[in-house]
Amino acid sequence: MTRWLVRRTLQAVVTFVVVTVLLFVLMRLTPGDPLERLAGDRQMSAEAVAALRHKFGIDQPITTQFTSFVAGALAGDLGVSIEHYPTKVSTLVLSRLPASLLLGGTVLLLTFGIGIALGVFQAVKRRSRADRWLTRASLTLYAMPSFWLGLVLAWFFGIRLQLLPVAQMHDPLLDPDASWLVRTGDVLRHLILPAVTLTAVSLAAVMRYQRTALLEVLRLDFVLAARARGIPERQVLWRHAWRNALFPVVGLLGLWLPMLVSGSVFVEQVFNWPGLGSLAADAVGARDYPVILGTAMLVSAQVLLGGLLADLAYYALDPRVRQA
Amino acid sequence: MTGSLWRLMLRALTSPSGRLGAVIIALLTLFVFVAPWLLPDPSAMPDLMAGAVPPGAGHPFGTDQLNRDVLSRVVSGGQISLSVAGLAVLLAVTLGALVGGLAGFYGGWLDSALMRMVDGALAIPRLFLLLLLVAVWEQMPLGALVLVLGATGWFATSRIVRGEVLRLREAEFVLAATALGAGPGRIILRHLLPNVAGPILVAATLGVGDVILLEAGLSYLGIGVRPPTPSWGGMILDARPLLTTAPWTSIFPGLAIATTVLAVNLLGDALRGALDPRSA
Repeated sequence: MTRWLVRRTLQAVVTFVVVTVLLFVLMRLTPGDPLERLAGDRQMSAEAVAALRHKFGIDQPITTQFTSFVAGALAGDLGVSIEHYPTKVSTLVLSRLPASLLLGGTVLLLTFGIGIALGVFQAVKRRSRADRWLTRASLTLYAMPSFWLGLVLAWFFGIRLQLLPVAQMHDPLLDPDASWLVRTGDVLRHLILPAVTLTAVSLAAVMRYQRTALLEVLRLDFVLAARARGIPERQVLWRHAWRNALFPVVGLLGLWLPMLVSGSVFVEQVFNWPGLGSLAADAVGARDYPVILGTAMLVSAQVLLGGLLADLAYYALDPRVRQA
Repeated sequence: MTGSLWRLMLRALTSPSGRLGAVIIALLTLFVFVAPWLLPDPSAMPDLMAGAVPPGAGHPFGTDQLNRDVLSRVVSGGQISLSVAGLAVLLAVTLGALVGGLAGFYGGWLDSALMRMVDGALAIPRLFLLLLLVAVWEQMPLGALVLVLGATGWFATSRIVRGEVLRLREAEFVLAATALGAGPGRIILRHLLPNVAGPILVAATLGVGDVILLEAGLSYLGIGVRPPTPSWGGMILDARPLLTTAPWTSIFPGLAIATTVLAVNLLGDALRGALDPRSA
């Protein structure tokens, strides 16, 4: 176990080093440097630009820049934002984290809860009319651009029906002394539309994984044996078959864990949700490289961590992995 | 090779959803590239005072705030979106096949180096890679957009191709070709890659859907296809302030994206099912 764990962790660390190098190279490959635009926008003197260059370390040789970038990243220092100068990127990211955690967590819970339930239902009723229509409906949602679905839902539920708020996370007119319950209710009302949008476009993948995995298990001999022993069908399905059909879904969960923190760039942008996604979108608009780079590094670290956690879960759930 | 690929496509068309996808794609492509001759010229001087007109006779999809015909714009945006996606995927698949072929065929340090790089690249979500690559351009030419979308789309394909090449490298027909004096280039291009054509086609088809959505998203953020070139994502961005007064200006381009992506995914799924019946 420890040897496997050490090797697997080491592999993730090596990949992260590659990620850091790739991101740095990408940033440097791009024509011009971030300050060029800033200088063009704000009529700065050559001396002021040179001073800024020095401040951001862009006047250093590329190797020095790289080592200080890596050293900073390892210490959790992602540099200073250009747009929100002199706020640190790490401070910005931390301030946006709670909103993204709330949205991402809700979406993961909804997507996997509903997706697993529907996938199991489809596998049990395979090739029925309901199965086919569920596949069609989920694929149609999957094909929609999330920002567009968000806009359409915002238009219908927010503007036509005046049912739900369509922007931000809090009602700015809410009495700041309102009770805890009222404030939570307010956040939840703001959460509904972005969460529903993201869940709708991602549901298809979970449904399909669960359906396929369960169908594969249901045709195995041990399921037949369980049925032959007279075990009730409900128990065969959930206790015997479903347990074994959970692995691919766990893998998918690991893959999607990053969503918890990074949320969705597009949906957060549409609903002005104050999370990391809209931070990244705004940074793109402002050409704020340190922030784009910082969020990209953070999301990549989560991708690797998610993969690692999924492998750990496999290891815990499936004795066969342990022997391999 | 062409024979087996042809058979794969025919088999994919035996499934109803594969047929539906193929028919929609064919009709859309035909319409998008033929309709401009039948529709009002989008660059013709519009009646600026009339503003956004709801769908009706003369303008089946209505007009936007500048009184431009939304249908005409959806059609010309479709030319851009479809061409960008098609070319980007072509580039991605070519890169993926070459890198995967080289890594699988030569093995050793080349394979390790390439695959570590692919591991790293796969860990960065494609959207963030694109944000980094695209944000720098003050004015992005379409060619650069295609290049960037293609250059970020080949990682998974290279993994698939590498696996298949690794499996086939020791096959007898490859040994026979080597014995006959074929060089590595010829073996990779003429003997190994054609045998991976099926999985490549599946990856390419599903990749088109991804790229259409990504390009629309980038254009929606204002950094993909840029005005005045029309694109579906850009139309939705333009229509955002009109959401309350003229919702049709955003609804139709979005429907165009969803229909295209759905059709492409249906066909891709059918191809995958035809390649590996167990997965259907």
